[in-house]
Amino acid sequence: MATLTSTEPVPGLGAHRQRPPRRLGFSQKLSRWDVKVSPYLYISPFFILFGITGLFPLVYTAVVSVHEWNLLGGQGEFVGLQNFDDVLAQAVFWKSLVNTFSIFLLSSLPQLVVAITIAALLDQNIRNATFWRMGVLIPYVVAPIAVSLIFGRLFADQYGVINAMLELIGLEPVRWHSDRLASHFAISTMVNFRWTGYNALIFLAAMQAVPRDLYEAATIDGAGRARQFFSVTIPQIRATIIFVVITASIGGLQIFDEVRLYDQTGLGGADRQWMTTVLYMYDVAWGGQRDFGRAAAVAWMLFLLIVLIGLINFLVARRIASSGPRAPRVKRSVTKRLLQEAKAAGAGRPGPRAPTSGHGPKHSSTTTDRRNS
Amino acid sequence: MSSVAVIAQTAGKGAAKSAARRRRAANDSHGAGSAVRRPGWVTYAVLGLVLVLSVFPLYYTLLLGSSDQVSISQSAIPQWLPDLSILERFSEVMASTQINFWLALANSTIIAVTVSLAVVLFSTLAGFSFAKLNFKGRGPLLVFVIATMAVPTQLGVIPMYILMSDLGWVGKIEAVIVPSLVSAFGVFWMTQYLEEALPYELVEAARVDGASMFRTFWSIALPAARPAAAMLGLFTFVQQWTNFFWPAIVLGSQNPTLPIAVQNLRAGYHDDFSLIMGGVFLVTLPLLVIFAFVGRQLVAGIMQGAVKG
Repeated sequence: MATLTSTEPVPGLGAHRQRPPRRLGFSQKLSRWDVKVSPYLYISPFFILFGITGLFPLVYTAVVSVHEWNLLGGQGEFVGLQNFDDVLAQAVFWKSLVNTFSIFLLSSLPQLVVAITIAALLDQNIRNATFWRMGVLIPYVVAPIAVSLIFGRLFADQYGVINAMLELIGLEPVRWHSDRLASHFAISTMVNFRWTGYNALIFLAAMQAVPRDLYEAATIDGAGRARQFFSVTIPQIRATIIFVVITASIGGLQIFDEVRLYDQTGLGGADRQWMTTVLYMYDVAWGGQRDFGRAAAVAWMLFLLIVLIGLINFLVARRIASSGPRAPRVKRSVTKRLLQEAKAAGAGRPGPRAPTSGHGPKHSSTTTDRRNS
Repeated sequence: MSSVAVIAQTAGKGAAKSAARRRRAANDSHGAGSAVRRPGWVTYAVLGLVLVLSVFPLYYTLLLGSSDQVSISQSAIPQWLPDLSILERFSEVMASTQINFWLALANSTIIAVTVSLAVVLFSTLAGFSFAKLNFKGRGPLLVFVIATMAVPTQLGVIPMYILMSDLGWVGKIEAVIVPSLVSAFGVFWMTQYLEEALPYELVEAARVDGASMFRTFWSIALPAARPAAAMLGLFTFVQQWTNFFWPAIVLGSQNPTLPIAVQNLRAGYHDDFSLIMGGVFLVTLPLLVIFAFVGRQLVAGIMQGAVKG
């Protein structure tokens, strides 16, 4: 392998250097230019368009947030952090944050458990595998806004199917719209409806990548199926679980469609009991207040919050990833000694950290370790 | 002369790549196909329940659309089987000037098709460049692309609205199309795919034969990228077709897409759930039909995306 990957020019080619430099024709110049410029040309549409429509608006949100700025009147004077003060003083803002987190927690945790369970069921040698896989994906093609409308009806306080079923088994009907926690539950059910099957397929793919000899070894060691699931499958798909949790939290904290048509007015209920933060931002900008400055302040704060939670996720994930599933506990002094020995053996070459779990996902490793010229 | 330098530099890599590919293929065929036992009925029962729960909301929409307003206001499930009376709701929704169904269908189609094609083209171009060409700053730029996948750009809607209003695009579909033309995920996805699927030897051969960079892309990279490009196009299509937040802000109810038409239904028919649900089913139907044909590919796409990132 080492001989194949060498990028040094073959020694024989060095002979060319002794010759006097040959003058380049126009087409050769063009070709050289082609080689140099093309790579940048091909990536430029992404960077230009993303810069204008992705990055610039995000950064400019900060500028809008420190100005008086209305939907109709346009830019006003510089007001410093006044907009932030105003927003932080509004009880609805805080309420919307609590609602968002509550809905997010109610949707993410159960969804994770159910999706992994479905994936484990699909990971067996079932008949008509494609049929079942397509079946769990059907909700994905229903627009969230339609889901909002449909579930608003399913969870109707009167003549809703859910309440009818509760009454059928002798339970009290739940006020799915007026009760705060109940409404959060209903809204997270919409999120779960659309994304559980999708995530189950992601987990299924990860499970199928688990080397089968691990299961054989576990069977020989006498582990039952449940034990195999918790001691082999779950640790092996850990990276995928982290990936799903991070994407779910970025999306979950920006929830909007699902709440928008949950009732007639779509502003989070009479007491704003299920108003989410993005819905609040929408209402401030295009609803009652028509205040872009304050809405930008909301957006900016939510952005920082999402970044913060992303970082926490990342740190927790790294912690989990770097401590092996069943790694024996070793004293720190022992580790230190081993590290020193290893360093001495490796002659100070830094090198990448050896992965502690044998089978991480294939992604990310291929992109970073390539060398340019 | 310079192309020779590129080839000399990459020849080793290419050979290494193909060697790695061969080894991986050997591993795969060796590892699979050991478990053959069929699971018991419990598995099918649970999966069946999941399937029922996945389909029931849509079936219920069909039921409400098939019954009339009076019976809906008297019982949670007015009837157990849908009937053809839903076609009357369809025709009423199609004829309504408040809903603008046909305009919404046309807008959604134009937006989803244009954006899918553009995302596929730009992502493949950038993916080809990142995966197979050498240039300064490639590593950091690719890291930047990956990092932007985690950025909640949805939160930039306010400056975006100001921008669109300055351009005079508020209420026009350009305002929805232009910001969606590129996708960080698309670039990442195509880069990953082309690294594996496009052998260096092929690129080198084209260059030796005198093909320009763009010719190499068009005749070598693009055909090789076809499977991944199809998946990317499919997912972009579904995503655009179901997108609501930004279109609702910038287009408004007068020039709707199909998701905005759903909102118009709610506003237009108040509590007539027979018509509302009939309309919702009508709006959902196109994507369900498409799903019947390409559902298999969507499943495969999600499962490949999981392994590759």
